[in-house]
Amino acid sequence: MNNSKPNKFWGFALKEFRHIFRDKRTLLIIFGMPIAQLLIFGYVVTNEIKDANIAIYDKSGDYLSQKLTSKLASSGYFIPTTFLHSENEIEPALRSGKAKMVIVYEPDFAKKFFKEGSAAIQIITDASEPNTASLLANYAWAIINSFATENGIKEFAAAPIDIRVRMLYNPELKAVFMFVPGTMALILMLLTAMMTAISIAREKELGTMEVLLVSPLKPSHIVIGKVLPYVGLAFTNSIVILLLGFTVFGLPIKGSLALLLLVCFIFILLALSLGILISTISKTQQVAMFISMIGLMLPTILLSGFIFPIENMPVILQWFSLIMPPRWFISAIKTIMIKGEGIAYVWKEMLIMIGMIVFFLTLSIKKFKVRLS
Amino acid sequence: MESKEIIIEVDNLVKKFGQFVANDNLTFKVYKGEIFGFLGANGAGKTTAIRIMSGLLEPTSGKINVAGFNAYTQRDLIKANIGYMSQKFSLYDDLTVKENIRFFGGIYGLYGKVLKARIDELLSDLKMTEFKNDLISSLPLGWKQRLSFSVAMIHKPVIIFLDEPTGGVDPITRRSFWEMIHQVASQGTTVFVTTHYMDEAEYCDRVTIMVDGRIEALDSPANLKKTFNASSMDEVFVMLARKAKSA
Amino acid sequence: MRAILFIIQKEFLQIFRNKTMLPIIFMLPIIQLLILANAATFEMKNINLSVVDYDNTNRSREVISHFEASHFYTIIPTEQSVDKALELVHANRADLVLVIPNGFQKDLDNSKTPKVQLLVNSINGTAASLANAYTSSILMSYTRSIFIGKIGPSMIKPSSITTQTNYWYNPELKYSHFMVPGILVVLVTIIGMFLTALNLVREKEIGTIEQINVTPIKRYQFIIGKLVPFWIIAVFELAFGLIVGKILFDIPINGSLLLLFSFAGVYLVLALGSGLLLSSISSSQQQVMFLAFFFIIVFVLMSGIFTSTESMPTWAKTFNRMNPLYYFMKVNRMVLIKGSNLSDIKDSFISVAVLAVTMLSFAILRYRKTS
Repeated sequence: MNNSKPNKFWGFALKEFRHIFRDKRTLLIIFGMPIAQLLIFGYVVTNEIKDANIAIYDKSGDYLSQKLTSKLASSGYFIPTTFLHSENEIEPALRSGKAKMVIVYEPDFAKKFFKEGSAAIQIITDASEPNTASLLANYAWAIINSFATENGIKEFAAAPIDIRVRMLYNPELKAVFMFVPGTMALILMLLTAMMTAISIAREKELGTMEVLLVSPLKPSHIVIGKVLPYVGLAFTNSIVILLLGFTVFGLPIKGSLALLLLVCFIFILLALSLGILISTISKTQQVAMFISMIGLMLPTILLSGFIFPIENMPVILQWFSLIMPPRWFISAIKTIMIKGEGIAYVWKEMLIMIGMIVFFLTLSIKKFKVRLS
Repeated sequence: MESKEIIIEVDNLVKKFGQFVANDNLTFKVYKGEIFGFLGANGAGKTTAIRIMSGLLEPTSGKINVAGFNAYTQRDLIKANIGYMSQKFSLYDDLTVKENIRFFGGIYGLYGKVLKARIDELLSDLKMTEFKNDLISSLPLGWKQRLSFSVAMIHKPVIIFLDEPTGGVDPITRRSFWEMIHQVASQGTTVFVTTHYMDEAEYCDRVTIMVDGRIEALDSPANLKKTFNASSMDEVFVMLARKAKSA
Repeated sequence: MRAILFIIQKEFLQIFRNKTMLPIIFMLPIIQLLILANAATFEMKNINLSVVDYDNTNRSREVISHFEASHFYTIIPTEQSVDKALELVHANRADLVLVIPNGFQKDLDNSKTPKVQLLVNSINGTAASLANAYTSSILMSYTRSIFIGKIGPSMIKPSSITTQTNYWYNPELKYSHFMVPGILVVLVTIIGMFLTALNLVREKEIGTIEQINVTPIKRYQFIIGKLVPFWIIAVFELAFGLIVGKILFDIPINGSLLLLFSFAGVYLVLALGSGLLLSSISSSQQQVMFLAFFFIIVFVLMSGIFTSTESMPTWAKTFNRMNPLYYFMKVNRMVLIKGSNLSDIKDSFISVAVLAVTMLSFAILRYRKTS
């Protein structure tokens, strides 16, 4: 009898494995998802501006204004696509989205610049995309200022201060340092928490859970058997992401690989316990899915410091982010991978994650017992 | 028998799933108003055949005519003239008795006064009028089965296909279910039923015994018992199944 | 036609009977908007700065007090050692270390260019370059004011170009005005698409679809009957989200709501139709969720929800021509924030309409009553 139990358990876990592996499409997505996401974050979702369409309203039309326009065009940031001829055309150009920014030269631009020492330019940006708008304005200022220094009278050339900047950890300011940890958090959360929540809810919905519960397997074994395959998949996935980050995007792994994988493992367990908790409170797959998706996906992307820095958020949300599991995971793996630190710098994060696991599991067991009685 | 009107005609029906032959050259005729049974073990190909005849599955080859319509080209016409009830109860758990009847009546094209009258008629036939606002999930299994059957009959079809309708219920409920079947048959509806309960075969006018996708025998229960010199349909079936295995 | 009405009625009965889904459908968006619209911001609110002052003179202390005066900076005290300050960066307690070397005051007073060093935690490249820019400009303006004070303003009169910058449509550069319409698009899409996709597969899983397939109902009747209820819910969701956005974030509604809802109506046919298509090729809810998830994540990230689509590489722009979310993201923001009219959005409108018709035909054709 003692001997047969583990056998039954492994048989059950194996069944779950086969169930997942038979579905080739899901499998393809499980491994295609991290790759697609890394590529998107690596090449598409960047804060760099290039080739922004701008409009020029040149009331002067002299050689200096034209020279500045072509300097703007050659910067790579802007493409002057529209040339306006009256004040009235500015609004439609921005409203239709044909131009993100309009540069307006005052009349007699060259004359004013050389004779009066000062010429004026008006920059109008489409601030419906505020971030893009301020970046565009910043780039334009920089180009205009250097243009003024190049073409103006060089009396005051000495720089007021010499600032030596050293960018620590990421001298090339590569975005990969942010998105690889973020993608990992997102994928692991999704795969483990969501898939376990749904697959347990599925058994409940189809009534097969009852069948399992009356079987000689212990409830805890059933749950472990169900989630084990996802742990395996999630772990494989984190290795795939790390490998891709390392080979394609040149992300270093400065710290200990073993520690890194341990942190991943703890996070997977955490996502798992969260998934189990969700499954205990949802009766159907739909409910489980909506809770995991709206409750996990967007907060994982937005409240974990993945895309938007936590420091910029309102204080309440900063507190809120403290209970977001991915926040601690991302912080820990950044410290290990990028700063190359050891356990001394990440024990706090690890402890918090373990604490969360204990909390979620206790809560699930309580919920489960209440339902049974 | 010969004078009877043929309502289902199947000639050399073959259905393959990849290499697997689920239906191997089935040929039979069903006459109007009879109770025609399809007997066989699980996996013998009964469900495949019944699904093809009700237009849920595409046959691989063979000639199939149901209620005078071609099963390849006139599927929607067939569907308008048949009822279907499967081993799974196809009622919505989260709708009430009345809402379920209304919904299925609606998609069969009933509406207004006709639909309302039909709903009341079904409810009183089933003696469920006072439970019409109960959710399906709260009903006992036997009731759900009878309701499923009535819902499948809501548009008064010419033929009703029943795919293992009595799975999982107690003998008494099965008995009363068969009474319902006899009742609709006596009103002229043809009943095509699959089952693996051999005792139920006795209730049929004619039965077909399927083994491994082929028809091994087709006759009335009495004739079959005579031919195989057996005391029950159970015995007939066991003999045929053994023969297939040893072959 | 009547059969469609019966399906619609049945779906609504089921939706309103489900006591867990309704609150999810309408409560979660509020919570999401509240949290996410506030969280999604690149605006720098605070920089933790440590200053290692080797000079320790009046001038260097003046520099520090300049930073103290700015609400952007929180000064993290540190010892007189770069190594100690770097440890603060290591422990994520400081973002930036300013090192003022010996001789800073002397250089300034002798009209020589003074030197300082900035050490920036640049794991987050964007934040690092912003912090660097802010800090440099503060240092720059401080030293420049010292120079001007010494040489006198009359001496410096180089030709210059003065720029006046106007931020139209959103003069205060409120990030929430940008994010709320974006999040709304994602929420409406997710809720509409997932509800539709799950609904059809659920009928497959439970087996009720058989009972429908065996009726003479036409494919288009069934698909449209399935689409309409969720279309209505999604339209309500959008209206509800706009109201919440208006009340909580005072988002601008500058354009015609009629135009916005007409576009949304067509867009939703596309989004829900793709949900139906996904469900017709899946056999379980788990499968369809996973498929839908994959597509949604890719489509959302590519849609320009966070970053400008114009700066994306060409292949991404080509991809976006097929991306429903890209169009709605763009149009929702244009109409709400900029008050764009029909002629401004007509290209997107046509594209979405074409995609919607294609998708719906696909969904109807792909749905098989017979397997």
